[in-house]
Amino acid sequence: MISIGRIGAILKKELLQLRRDRMTFGMVIMIPLIQLVLFGYAINTNIRHIPVGLVDQDQSGLSRMLVQMVGTTQVVDFTQTYATPQQAQQALTAAEVRAVLIIPPDLPARLVRIPAIGAAPPPATDMASARPVAQWIVDGSDTMIAAGIKSLRSMPLTELFRQPPNRVVPTFEVALFYNPEQRSAVNIVPGLVGIILTMTMIMFTSAAIVRESERGNMEMLINTPVRPIELMIGKIIPYMVIGLVQVAIILGLGYLLFNVPVNGSLWVLLVVTLLFIGASLSLGLVLSTIATNQLQAMQMTVFILLPSILLSGFMFPFDGMPGPAQAIAQLLPATHFMQMIRGVVLRDAALIDMAGGMLWMAGFMVFGLIVATLRFRKRL
Amino acid sequence: MTISQQTDPEVVVSTAGLTRRFGPKTAVDAVDLTITRGEIFGFLGPNGSGKTTLMRMLTGLLIPSEGRARVLGVDLPGKPEPLKQKIGYMTQSFSHYRDLTVTENLDFAARIYGLPRRRRKTRIETLLQRYDLEAQAHQIAGSMSGGQRQKLALAAAVLHEPLLLFLDEPTSAVDPETRRQFWARLFDLVDGGTTIIVSTHFMDEAERCHRIAILETGITRIEGAPPDLMAGLKANVIEVTGDQLRHAKDLLDADPAVLSSAQIGARLRVLVRKDQADPEAHVAALLHDAGPVTCHRTRANLEDVFVAATGGGAARPAEAAA
Ligand SMILES: Nc1ncnc2c1ncn2[C@@H]1O[C@H](COP(=O)(O)OP(=O)(O)O)[C@@H](O)[C@H]1O
Ligand SMILES: [Mg+2]
Repeated sequence: MISIGRIGAILKKELLQLRRDRMTFGMVIMIPLIQLVLFGYAINTNIRHIPVGLVDQDQSGLSRMLVQMVGTTQVVDFTQTYATPQQAQQALTAAEVRAVLIIPPDLPARLVRIPAIGAAPPPATDMASARPVAQWIVDGSDTMIAAGIKSLRSMPLTELFRQPPNRVVPTFEVALFYNPEQRSAVNIVPGLVGIILTMTMIMFTSAAIVRESERGNMEMLINTPVRPIELMIGKIIPYMVIGLVQVAIILGLGYLLFNVPVNGSLWVLLVVTLLFIGASLSLGLVLSTIATNQLQAMQMTVFILLPSILLSGFMFPFDGMPGPAQAIAQLLPATHFMQMIRGVVLRDAALIDMAGGMLWMAGFMVFGLIVATLRFRKRL
Repeated sequence: MTISQQTDPEVVVSTAGLTRRFGPKTAVDAVDLTITRGEIFGFLGPNGSGKTTLMRMLTGLLIPSEGRARVLGVDLPGKPEPLKQKIGYMTQSFSHYRDLTVTENLDFAARIYGLPRRRRKTRIETLLQRYDLEAQAHQIAGSMSGGQRQKLALAAAVLHEPLLLFLDEPTSAVDPETRRQFWARLFDLVDGGTTIIVSTHFMDEAERCHRIAILETGITRIEGAPPDLMAGLKANVIEVTGDQLRHAKDLLDADPAVLSSAQIGARLRVLVRKDQADPEAHVAALLHDAGPVTCHRTRANLEDVFVAATGGGAARPAEAAA
């Protein structure tokens, strides 16, 4: 029989210890605060202000206007100029700039024939008139930066000639729901809830059992009638509350600083978050029964944390990942939570829409608790 | 060997061939013990003699490699959980929470052992008073002196009024006065019907036990009540005083009739085999070349018993304690 009294004893003791552990207590508040501010401002998937160089072999008013127009897109900042393409290439190797725009000496001749200025499109077979205006050489190792430069590939140059642009009819019309202004923070802030919870919840509990051994309390504890499951539950409950406080901090600040609204119901949010916290905590407890000291517990936390950041859909779209990576990601509670919290916060998703993920997280939590309980031996 | 007095309610602990090995090392070697209700039973032995391991097996913390034990009617190896509520265990090193106060630690113990709320409050108050901890009630355990922590550990171990109390070297870190008070509390507990198993490497502490077992390298060398053990010593004790005691000791140690000799202050304490006729004259004769000496016979003490039982001067507990 599970004793509520003994769970209460463990719970009270954990709270007292937590209150005296200033460092942990501070981390509970500071981790979500600092990371939200840091990542909210820093992570931006819309590339802007890439430092680039210029080789202007034309040196005409036209070339200067071209450079100015490229600059006004704000995608790139011209920070360097080089005399020859060879120098530009060296600068690229030396990582002085991420890309270089090379304007050929025959710029005016190329410009008059291109379609953007209104002349009839030249036949594709006509090599002379199908030539581009200028060339970008790009350090393609960073795909995000390369994509930013590539987006300039077919920028309209009509302004160069003060002509009204041709009306271009797009092949597709795109209606952007939920984040029409395409602000990164709208995607980052809810995702950050998952990452910060993964980190703090697993970190705190993975040390929970180990700490009892390391501080020499285990021999006393296993000599009492306390049951492993009571110990586990008593250790988990305070951190559930802490997890909720952290979620409140992240979403509250996300609203104040980044104007990320919580569109969904707070009750749905609470249910989903509690399930995720529970799953993370029980995973932490399992790690805690495996680790023999706090350093090992920390290493195991990182082992779980990294895939949770990289594979959960926080950084890169889950659907874009290859099958095996998706399969691994599916094992992590963070992946399911990432989909759910974005669903609740941004799209007002209902519980029923997320039944699968919720069942999985509930199962994960129960399974983790059972494994941790069975692994915990009241012996030396 | 069988556990004979299994059904006797007066027998609290009985073991048969209890053995524990760690790899190739045998920490406890085929120990047979019977401990009856209301006695203070001492395990006397130097560091590494297996006292802690033996206690851990009797509380169900360690599974014996061989042999069996029966503690308060619970068979070991087996399911030790029913035992937990009936025993108290004061570990060798302080194992309560150093970041909690005295009262918080006691309150934790009271809740874990399921004391009802009212009882919890009165019991903690009683214990704070009895163990002279009222002034430290709200002090963080980690900031207290060794003696105060010892008292807290004892208070926590007896809080739920266990029938059987294990104390693993309870006074190794405290001054003699505190030790004396500590033992007064133990006798109070025994008067209340508690059985106490205590391990020690102090002779004076062992002498206070009703019965002791002397352990060496996991083996029970001798067992019994301290007065009986002293009376039954198979040696005579001769005290030698003189100028060249170091030289005298070398001379004595070479003689087959001398079991051991040890310098204690300005005297040499010599154990001579019981079958040696006129031991004083024998020792005096041996020390003929060592200048003027006086030899006289004296009463055996527990240390003599220990030295004789553990075969000579090796691993002397008095030295281990120093
Ligand atoms: N967990 C363990 N692993 C390996 N050896 C151990 C372990 N516990 C005790 N021992 C060994 O068993 C012997 C007895 O130890 P112990 O019972 O602690 O002695 P005591 O309490 O009398 O000082 C020692 O030699 C010790 O090194
Ligand atoms: Mg010991």
